[in-house]
Amino acid sequence: MKTYMDHAAARPVDPRVLEAMKPYFSESYGNPSSFYSKGFEALKALNEARRQVASLIGAQDSEIVFTSGATESNNLAIIGAALRYRKRGTRVVISEIEHISVINISKELTRQGYEVKNAPVDSEGVVDMEQLKELVNDDTVLVSIMAANGEIGTIQPIEQAAKIAHDHGALFHTDATAAVGQMPLDVSMGFDFMTLSSNDIYGPKGVGAVYVKKGLRLKSQMIGGGQEGGIRSGSENIPGIVGMGKAAELIGEEMGEEAKRLAVLRDKLIEDTLKAVPESYLNGHPTNRLPNNANIRFSYIEGEALLLSLSDLGISVSSGSACVAKTLEPSHVLRALGLKHEEAHGSLVFTLGKSNREEDVEYVTQNLPGVVKKLRTMSPLTPKELI
Amino acid sequence: MMYSEKVLDHFRNPRNVGEIEDADGVGTVGNPVCGDMMSIYIKVKDDRIDDVKFKTFGCGAAIATTSMTTELAKGKTLDEAMEITRQDVADELGGLPPVKMHCSNLAADALHEAVKDYRKKKGEA
Repeated sequence: MKTYMDHAAARPVDPRVLEAMKPYFSESYGNPSSFYSKGFEALKALNEARRQVASLIGAQDSEIVFTSGATESNNLAIIGAALRYRKRGTRVVISEIEHISVINISKELTRQGYEVKNAPVDSEGVVDMEQLKELVNDDTVLVSIMAANGEIGTIQPIEQAAKIAHDHGALFHTDATAAVGQMPLDVSMGFDFMTLSSNDIYGPKGVGAVYVKKGLRLKSQMIGGGQEGGIRSGSENIPGIVGMGKAAELIGEEMGEEAKRLAVLRDKLIEDTLKAVPESYLNGHPTNRLPNNANIRFSYIEGEALLLSLSDLGISVSSGSACVAKTLEPSHVLRALGLKHEEAHGSLVFTLGKSNREEDVEYVTQNLPGVVKKLRTMSPLTPKELI
Repeated sequence: MMYSEKVLDHFRNPRNVGEIEDADGVGTVGNPVCGDMMSIYIKVKDDRIDDVKFKTFGCGAAIATTSMTTELAKGKTLDEAMEITRQDVADELGGLPPVKMHCSNLAADALHEAVKDYRKKKGEA
């Protein structure tokens, strides 16, 4: 049996999305800036996709800027806002558990003379709102807090965070990459800027969007012919954008039912694993978490060895271990929870999706205890009574 | 990250896993904070490694390199065992991904520590 439970890393494109994209490769391949029928066709498709994405988050069409994905969207929103509104202040506040792109963007801002503050999280991964209040001052230009964390699943109190930012005249950005399509999100929750990814809603890779609230601007990070309202130049990736639009439409219609279905599978996966494996623990918030996310750590063993063993059984998952990271550091998210390095090394991240059924969860929970036991038997750290 | 077939074989079917209760020498290197820690246990007879076992906490490469090290060490004289290098272990495994060469390929050091431990104990005896 094969089961894929790494939807935070990559998702398949929905077949209906692929169908919608197909005409825009070799038939309707025009450039939306052109003045003839092929150009008009492309422009119409671009406008329709913009409407579909806007509709998913309760935005106006003109507030959507298409990009090449979530990383670019985070760069554009955070650096673009910090530069554009530098006169408002030079402090930027993020959380400790932002996506690595946001963490590294904040380091770049520090090099450019901004003062970056990191709001801590509690042991369940919720950003501490009291600490956030302390960190946001009148010199703060931007606060960026993710809507939910894709690794530990914890959902953040972003409406509260947005209010804290606005109380001090700061702008508020949320990276909604992991959350969009899994929980209702509406720009009326207080967002000035928002990052969206296409692949995370079963659209194609290489496409994303930034929501830019009407009346606000971002300093362009891609200089060119002035596409996307001058905020993001470059001839539009029409097939990709059409795909993201269709994906947004479908996820808007289907997410309610799917979220309920996934939450049942998630809870079964968590409960059965914790029951079957001694010294296994849930990372992240026990209830206030994304419906598709289960992050579990196993004492005395290391994540990459777990991944390899599970891969041999046809199970595809992820880990916060240093051994699977390009940086050779354990996940900054798990460290922010207060976990020790050796605890973070033994974590597994399961992110469920459309293809997963109850039998997939059963297959995992039946095989995982044996895999853990085999590795624990080999580990010099395992107490004798566990072997 | 792609491992060679030989690495995967030693990971899936590690040779000489376990502890030797009355080992003549024990060597432990690495630490759990880094994500890799291995212990090698040796029994010595007539200046040769008569039996060897290991326990490893760590990634696939850490487990495979320790397994291979115990295979290379078995039956060797203590001087020969001291000559086994990390590179020898990697070569025998058909190579390791570059990033794993320095962080996970520590087992040869654990073997050397075990031999030193034996020699130290013997010197004291």
